[in-house]
Amino acid sequence: MVKEKELKYELRLYIAGQTLKSVTALQNIHKYCKEHLDGKYSIEVIDLLKNPQLAEGDQIFAIPTLVRKVPEPIRKIIGDLSNEEKVLVGLNIRKLADVK
Amino acid sequence: MKKELTASFPKTPTGIAGLDEVTQGGFPKGRPTLVCGSAGCGKTLFGIQFLAKGITDYNEPGVFISFEETKTDLSQNVRSLGIDLEKLIADKKLRVDYVRIERSEIEETGEYDLEGLFIRLNHAIDIIGAKRVVLDTIESLFGGIDNTAVLRSELRRLFLWLKEKGVTAVITGERGEKNLTRQGLEEYVSDCVILLDFRVIEQIATRRLRIVKYRGSTHGTNEYPFLIDEKGISVLPITSLKLEHQVSNKIISTGLESFDQLFDRQGVFAGSSMLVTGSAGTAKTILASYFTMSSCKRKERTLYFSFEESREQLVRNMQSVGIDLEPYLKAKLLTIHSSRPSLSGLEMHLLILHRLIAEYEPKTVIVDPISSLVSVGSVGEVRDMLVRLIDMLKTKGINAFFTALTHEAGTELKDMTVNAVSSLADIWINLENEQQHHGRTRKLRVVKARGMGHNTESEPFSITNKGVQLKPVKQKKTGKK
Repeated sequence: MVKEKELKYELRLYIAGQTLKSVTALQNIHKYCKEHLDGKYSIEVIDLLKNPQLAEGDQIFAIPTLVRKVPEPIRKIIGDLSNEEKVLVGLNIRKLADVK
Repeated sequence: MKKELTASFPKTPTGIAGLDEVTQGGFPKGRPTLVCGSAGCGKTLFGIQFLAKGITDYNEPGVFISFEETKTDLSQNVRSLGIDLEKLIADKKLRVDYVRIERSEIEETGEYDLEGLFIRLNHAIDIIGAKRVVLDTIESLFGGIDNTAVLRSELRRLFLWLKEKGVTAVITGERGEKNLTRQGLEEYVSDCVILLDFRVIEQIATRRLRIVKYRGSTHGTNEYPFLIDEKGISVLPITSLKLEHQVSNKIISTGLESFDQLFDRQGVFAGSSMLVTGSAGTAKTILASYFTMSSCKRKERTLYFSFEESREQLVRNMQSVGIDLEPYLKAKLLTIHSSRPSLSGLEMHLLILHRLIAEYEPKTVIVDPISSLVSVGSVGEVRDMLVRLIDMLKTKGINAFFTALTHEAGTELKDMTVNAVSSLADIWINLENEQQHHGRTRKLRVVKARGMGHNTESEPFSITNKGVQLKPVKQKKTGKK
């Protein structure tokens, strides 16, 4: 079993310019990670308007898309991430409250 | 077929054999066309060929967005059809982007759009300067995304965007039960809609294509048979039967001198179509072989379609009556194509005939026997097919020679073939075996010969190992026009 402290989340958020949906998604994921991941995470933001060639690799079709690269397997959440419950379940993040 | 200029409406030639005739020039330029049909009807291949032909024949780069098959799968699937996707990709003329939507790894929460897809498409188009785009098949998105309201509005936006981008697009869709497509794509793509159909009639698969809609353009409304083989897709346009072919005054030999003399001008007109009917064993194939020899001797290329005998069998059997086809086969003056009629549908045969004729450019075509084709189609279909075939041969000025099997008893089948062909043929010869006490007498009669006086008697003839011997011809010639 992987110990809690070794677990690090590598997240990638794909956006296309500073649209409302993209900005909301970014704010949401920052907020959830701060609350529940206690520093054990990294978020990379990729703007496909600047780097369109990166869309193919992660099979992005919807914007915004959050990709959990690590831990595997890869998970994707599309949308502005407004439903916290769904995002946490989708990323398989246990709430801090549950851990305690 | 004449190419008609449609000045008001720019079109993009598809490069798919026959389809550009049917659509009078191709798909609407810079607009999306919907190609729908059930699974296995050839939609993907249709798209690939549209792009590949665009590249090779019209120098228009293309983008293929695949929602179902990976690049490797696609490439392997079309290789057998003579399309080398990898080369086109390496030449930077084609881009294939496989959009994989794995529902199990995707969650949806909150608002989103399909901008990612737009960006990928745009990137692919810009990087190679694509003029053609294929989306195959975009309906897969409905299986991967829950929010169909978003999807529908995004699709609408996508098709508008494609128009703005000015690319000629082919969008494929799965045939639905009530609508043309499962998700009603025809609502969004309304400029041109093509329906592909695949059905099995009497154990024989037939593919058909129909233009459901073509806004702002006239088009054929028929169902057109089409074929998928090692050359890809070809559509068979049912050409309008304009009787405007060139006629020839040249006389050619039938291959048998005594036979030639039945006609006032010692032979038959070049480019005419000749029908030889007779029951089983009346030497139809032998006459066909004489005609073949005569053509080969004139150093004219000959294409022999044999529906009952294999090439080897035909050559061997003809040797027994002193006709040696072998040297002409070796000299490539003669090509024998033999196949069983029941192996494929009528359209398939006609397409193969068309293709081989286009390929070999023969001066003489033999179909032996044309009546075998009756077994794979209805009377109407066979007649249609023969009309088209004879029309095509006439337009090209090819000498045509058909044999047809008739039945002694004069059954329905007899009427079928003979009715279908006899009125179309310029020359009709009937062969008979007359039963007598000690055997049979073979008889040959010219039933009609358009534009030429001819002997109207039944002429007895015999077959020996030296060939056909017609008994001395009487000099009484009562010709009719």
